[in-house]
Amino acid sequence: MSEPLTKRERMKLERTEMLERDAGERAHSFDEVNLGFTAEMAKLEAMRCLECARPKCVEGCPVGIQIDEFVRLVADGSIGAAAEVIQRDNLLPAICGRVCPQENQCEGECVLAKKDRPIAVGHLERYVADYVRNEGFERITERPEATGKRVAVIGSGPAGLACAGDLIQSGHEVTVYEALHEPGGVLVYGIPEFRLPKEIVRAEISGLEELGVRFEMNAIIGHTYTLDELLDGNDAVFIGVGAGLPRFLNVPGENLIGVYSANEFLTRVNLMKAYLDTDDTPVLDVTGKTVVVFGGGNTAMDAARTALRLGAEDVRVLYRRTEAEMPARVEEVRHAREEGIIFDFLVSPTELAGADGLLTGLTLQKMELGEPDDSGRRRPQPIAGATDKMAADIAVVAIGNGPNPLLLSTCPELERTRWGTIAVDEETGRTSMEGVFAGGDIVTGGATVILAMGAGRRAAASIEEWLDSGAWEIEATPESA
Amino acid sequence: MYQIIDAELVAPEVKRFVVAAPQVAAHWHAGQFVILRVDEHGERIPLTVARADTDEGTITLFVQGIGKTTELLNQKEAGDTIADVAGPLGKPSEIENYGTAVVVGGGVGTAIAYPVVAALAAAGNEVIAIVGGRSRDYVLLESELAATGARVIPCTDDGSYGRAGFVTEALAQTIAENAIDVVFAAGPVPMMRAVAETTRPHSIPTIASLNPIMVDGTGMCGGCRVEVGGETLFACVDGPEFDAHLVDFDLLARRNQAYADIESRQLEELRCKLESS
Repeated sequence: MSEPLTKRERMKLERTEMLERDAGERAHSFDEVNLGFTAEMAKLEAMRCLECARPKCVEGCPVGIQIDEFVRLVADGSIGAAAEVIQRDNLLPAICGRVCPQENQCEGECVLAKKDRPIAVGHLERYVADYVRNEGFERITERPEATGKRVAVIGSGPAGLACAGDLIQSGHEVTVYEALHEPGGVLVYGIPEFRLPKEIVRAEISGLEELGVRFEMNAIIGHTYTLDELLDGNDAVFIGVGAGLPRFLNVPGENLIGVYSANEFLTRVNLMKAYLDTDDTPVLDVTGKTVVVFGGGNTAMDAARTALRLGAEDVRVLYRRTEAEMPARVEEVRHAREEGIIFDFLVSPTELAGADGLLTGLTLQKMELGEPDDSGRRRPQPIAGATDKMAADIAVVAIGNGPNPLLLSTCPELERTRWGTIAVDEETGRTSMEGVFAGGDIVTGGATVILAMGAGRRAAASIEEWLDSGAWEIEATPESA
Repeated sequence: MYQIIDAELVAPEVKRFVVAAPQVAAHWHAGQFVILRVDEHGERIPLTVARADTDEGTITLFVQGIGKTTELLNQKEAGDTIADVAGPLGKPSEIENYGTAVVVGGGVGTAIAYPVVAALAAAGNEVIAIVGGRSRDYVLLESELAATGARVIPCTDDGSYGRAGFVTEALAQTIAENAIDVVFAAGPVPMMRAVAETTRPHSIPTIASLNPIMVDGTGMCGGCRVEVGGETLFACVDGPEFDAHLVDFDLLARRNQAYADIESRQLEELRCKLESS
């Protein structure tokens, strides 16, 4: 054992970055881009932690993982123990380590962030989760005493999985209902293989199954079962159906062949595996073609990089604001650039043009940034008379999702906000229907995996409280009144 | 896995399947469809449910083997399974007592028309069912339709059975001879467009059951966009039935051809494989 490093020595160390597949190679492969840490790299990185008395990273984590504790265990080489610490707050660490926007959360709060080299918490979380999975560590599958209470979880995306994970560990019977044929929600239909291998999602979900969570596929609540039927058979229901109704641009030509929503393009490739010869679902041939992607979020990056991997010649992300306002993770934008994706900022499509029903090009309106809007970002506004035309064969619209009407249209008694999302009590996730809770994108509108997981966990705690007390009416406090 | 209880060839390349799907059967209404996946490598396709038996917990589907997926399905027999059946999806048909209703079904579209005929008849309508096929063998469900109390007018393109000619000719004659309050149409896009053009001059409310390409069928992908009265709607959650006088059928026909090349190649490969085995 070497002597522990002094604080000064630790501060001198550079941040360790993960190994990555070469940009030229990965641009044509669906294999995962990030290759993770080696044991040495993980230890070296963990050793940099200054062990703050009041770790700000924990406060920055939406699910409150005891980051300081697990990082210290990694530095000690106790990876199994580190995994247990993470598992207390997060049952899906291999996923979160890969897709969380750490720069705005744990790593953003790290004291070393001021020096631009925060502890690579995401990389370490991923390393720990992968290590115990690959080494075949036994998960803690000790079941607490059964409570005899039953909870239905609608939707098997991040919110539903996190909620189910907490409830099963409290001894309740939990059934997760999924509309598609595979569990995982956006983790399987949206996020591509090269960023989040499906094998990892399956492993995390089978972990939940081992704990006793039941999954029922092809169950569209509101249609296959009504919400009332679920309420009859369960003590509580959690709605985590996500924001699954893609927004379009509402410009002429949007229904030309070649114009996809990001959801459709990604679902065809990820969930339905259109890129494999063995699978039947088709996707339009992009080989040698020009693909444009509208939007600036992670989904836009995913769509652009997917198009590249399918063989597109020229892939452009068209965003109406500037790089500074892009909501995508910094790493995704960097990866996209390295792979050869071109970014055009301050442009907005006004018309899509076609021939014989097929997309051939578009007209772009040039924009400039004006005053800040509600989101605090400067609002893009058109520059009069400044337009441009460009050729394109495929366009992918990645500008977000609205609330999906499938469940909501069948439950008029469920109160909604003016945006059409489900109205809940923010603290508890309680909806206007007794015994029904909601969280994730169906409440907040399109957000991130980890925020949905945080909402799922808060709802689980609140469900717990409701199952215990049986009291639905919340006493009005001056603050909440 | 969803078990096939019964499978029977009812016309050339058209097979009737009775599938165990109790939850779908329990919640299904006329006009709704399921999304089905044949096996773990299969695509997701929408199929309108022709009938549901809540006691038996089964749904009835009619499948015409026109692509790889439907051809694979039609290889299946009673006792085989289908990987996934999800539904019922889409909005139910708007069934009320309109007075006199005409339901037009073309080819396998007759299977889509059948539950609408049954529901309209049960709601007290006088129902005239005009069903067409290429020739006698292609006219589906005639006796089942008659059993609902509907007057059935079978038509064949080649005149081998019933009235000779297209369903629209029978429809025009029916309109000339009767006061018609509503028309429903289900079948190939050109047929539905022709029905809309036949009823338009008479201002008879006309509803078409659209059949665009879908993936999830739950509103999530937007692949099934259709234009109705200039507005873009999703057939899976806003339909599948729309005012036929407002539907852009040209757009629907074009979008349905988006993957034609890939589809015909897949079908050819499958047929070669089936022949050689």
